[in-house]
Amino acid sequence: MSERGILAYGAYIPRRRLPRETIATAMAWANPALKARAKGERAIRAWDEDSLTMAVEAARDCKLAAFDAPANLVLASTTLPFADRDNAAVVVAALGLDERINTLDMTATLRAGTAALGNALRAGDGSSLVIASDCRDARPASPQEMQIGHGATAMLIGGGDALLARVLAHRAISRDLVEHYRAQGDRFDYTVEGRWLRDEGFLKLIPETVQPLLTDAGINAETIDHVIFPCPARVAGQLCKSLGLTESALADDLITQCGDTGTTHPLLCLARVLERARPGAKILLVGFGQGVDAFLFEVTEPISDYRPRLGVEGHLERRREETSYLRYLAQQGAIEVDWGNRAEFDNRTALTALYRHRDSVTGFTGGRCGKCGTVQFPSTRYCVNPDCRELDSQEPVSLSDIKGRVKSFTEDWLAYCPNPPLQYGNVEIEGSGNIMMEFTDCEPGTLRIGMPVEMQFRIKDVDKRRSFTRYFWKATPVEET
Amino acid sequence: MATGIRDKVVILGMGCTRFGERWDAGPDDLMLEAFIEALDDAGIERDQIEAGWLGVFYDEQSVGKSAIPLSMALRLPNIPVTRVENLCATGSEALRGAAYAVASGACDIALALGMEKLKDSGYAGLPERTKGSFDDLWMPSYTAPGAFAQLASAYSTRTGISMDDLKRAMAHVSWKSHQNGALNPKAHLRQAITIEQALNAPMVAHPLGLYDCCGVSDGAACAIVTTPEMARSLGKRDLVAIKALQLAASNGVESGHASWDGSYTLTTRTAAGRAYAEAGIDNPRKQIDLMEVHDCFSITELIVMEDLGLSAPGDAPKDILDGVYDRDGALPCQVDGGLKCFGHPIGASGLRMAYEIYLQLLGRAGDRQLDSPSIGMTHNLGGIPIRNIASVSVFGLAQ
Repeated sequence: MSERGILAYGAYIPRRRLPRETIATAMAWANPALKARAKGERAIRAWDEDSLTMAVEAARDCKLAAFDAPANLVLASTTLPFADRDNAAVVVAALGLDERINTLDMTATLRAGTAALGNALRAGDGSSLVIASDCRDARPASPQEMQIGHGATAMLIGGGDALLARVLAHRAISRDLVEHYRAQGDRFDYTVEGRWLRDEGFLKLIPETVQPLLTDAGINAETIDHVIFPCPARVAGQLCKSLGLTESALADDLITQCGDTGTTHPLLCLARVLERARPGAKILLVGFGQGVDAFLFEVTEPISDYRPRLGVEGHLERRREETSYLRYLAQQGAIEVDWGNRAEFDNRTALTALYRHRDSVTGFTGGRCGKCGTVQFPSTRYCVNPDCRELDSQEPVSLSDIKGRVKSFTEDWLAYCPNPPLQYGNVEIEGSGNIMMEFTDCEPGTLRIGMPVEMQFRIKDVDKRRSFTRYFWKATPVEET
Repeated sequence: MATGIRDKVVILGMGCTRFGERWDAGPDDLMLEAFIEALDDAGIERDQIEAGWLGVFYDEQSVGKSAIPLSMALRLPNIPVTRVENLCATGSEALRGAAYAVASGACDIALALGMEKLKDSGYAGLPERTKGSFDDLWMPSYTAPGAFAQLASAYSTRTGISMDDLKRAMAHVSWKSHQNGALNPKAHLRQAITIEQALNAPMVAHPLGLYDCCGVSDGAACAIVTTPEMARSLGKRDLVAIKALQLAASNGVESGHASWDGSYTLTTRTAAGRAYAEAGIDNPRKQIDLMEVHDCFSITELIVMEDLGLSAPGDAPKDILDGVYDRDGALPCQVDGGLKCFGHPIGASGLRMAYEIYLQLLGRAGDRQLDSPSIGMTHNLGGIPIRNIASVSVFGLAQ
């Protein structure tokens, strides 16, 4: 059995960033302590994003096409849209992965991400795609509202010669220390005093796990180059001292840039470290949540040749400031906006039709005519090219990675959209086909004819009556990064 | 090659309700109001009608399925009645059914009635309805203004005409229709507006403002058709004959193929070509005296001036601003106010357009009567630019 480790990584952080100053300005009347925390910003999902869509985008950031199909896909999150429907199976369909794959959702603890990583590192054969994604909500004016961010990380775990980092040791402990919890069906966490978490949680449980990990691996703490702790910087500094780690090895905790992304966060910080790490560097990664997961990694040579599509750095750079606290509240459902009678529209999904068309809708598979070459969506038995119209001539073609071009657009203030105006238009695909699509993550007034667009997996509609979220792909202008 | 139906069918009588927010009238009231006027105009007995076609688009909120509501409201003597629906071309489709029945010899007198009761929806604009179980899964949740608005960005790009100049021509389209609608006692919107009002109206779907959008109205229109021989035997002297009725439906090219640039309506071009051939028209701009086109939005009217072969490619804005299509221009368009101001009860609109042409050709158009026109055209565009039905009909005084 060869050693295992990380083959690829990718990240996703929503474009929208809410400056903490904006929260403090709006809510300090209720909680003046917010002012002291009003530094940096947090990443917030767009109305059409959730843990599932972010998971798909993080996996796409890994550039999976260069690797063998994974044998397992694990989706870790405390905010999965479905309590009983394999969320991971939606990711498999959206990524167009081979259906001969083991899928599993891991949830119910902020440690789900690192626990999934541990399982994958222990698994014997084949590679595992581990995706951690979270978009937790928080009550207005709560400390969590300041702290939480939304995001996702994906890591392809396996063996072989092409590891970017190999695992040297891994230890876990389980301890039902409940400093916060969220019951089934609740939207917000219930939390207790943070000092208890610090003293009895972080400062005791982490050394309890990390010390034997270092001993097992025979590693001197001082030689560790990067340390990722799941706790505030000051506590992390104390831990360094008590464990003999070099304080300057503490990795960027990304709280200032995007907030604490929950289940995702240790993996997101690890991805950030890997982006800059040199071969030979040793990394200590710790996850926390009713127990501790601790890992030691050693970065290997192939790291020099690997780049995710955008990675953490690229996603952090791709930011757009949310200037309206009220819009943020509305889009996370904290206030109910009157969207008018049009929003009463019954969005029932014909699940039978969704199943028949799963390749088209979830996988964004179109057809390429073998006779004339036209790429078309949806794929139908007769080719759409008026000069061809050949029967049964099309081969499936994935449209999720193609570039499109805006042919026409509008900003529709009449149509219901939780972030009006609804923007949509005709998009030319591969120079031969056309799809009328919604545009997302683009501000009104910025679309232009001819603009290149790329495809994003997003929430299409939400059926509030039946609590069903349906997904499709949307076009977003390609940004220079 | 089929010879078509030119001059084989004439209009025996027509009726049209006042369009508007008819809080006073339900579907039956609207059908009866149009029918009684048409029956009176035709000068026949109700039982002489041998078949009927009812055009309704939103059956969900007015009459329900089938044409039984027509048969019941009019207490027809158990004749065959059929409900047709072809988006905004529904009224023209009803007329096509009746005209073909007469042209085929299947019956001597047939009825076409289009009706829409929109203002029971409880909100402004067209009611939101499902697009179908598959399309709901992926198509944008578009509205009609949003779908048509895109014509503007694509047209501006194709022709190089700036959006500001285009907006000015679009404002002229609406200004003209408001001028005309003010003269029409049956019109929904009867107040004149200024160009500035049109330009500065609140945005509905960029670049369409409120005055770029037609009225959402209740109403019904009705035609009773027969053969020229039967009409004369019934003592009719001046007859309006159907010269052409043509339809063209999208087959997916606009929505799925890059050859369409989004700036025109493919089906209008096809339907117009067929209609001109059926009617024997080779120079439409010279031969047609007036027309009612599908001005659901100002940009639609603007671009179909080119699709109908009336303005040269890229010249529609200039022709519009030059007043070519004004009531006193070379080729008056929307003399009755159009969809914009007469209103747009969807199932009735095709027949409402025919009603105006009929009145104008017979010299019965009152304050808005044009100087002795002899050929008129109607055009509908049902659906949205990427997926639609175009109908082009030509009417003329029978020789």
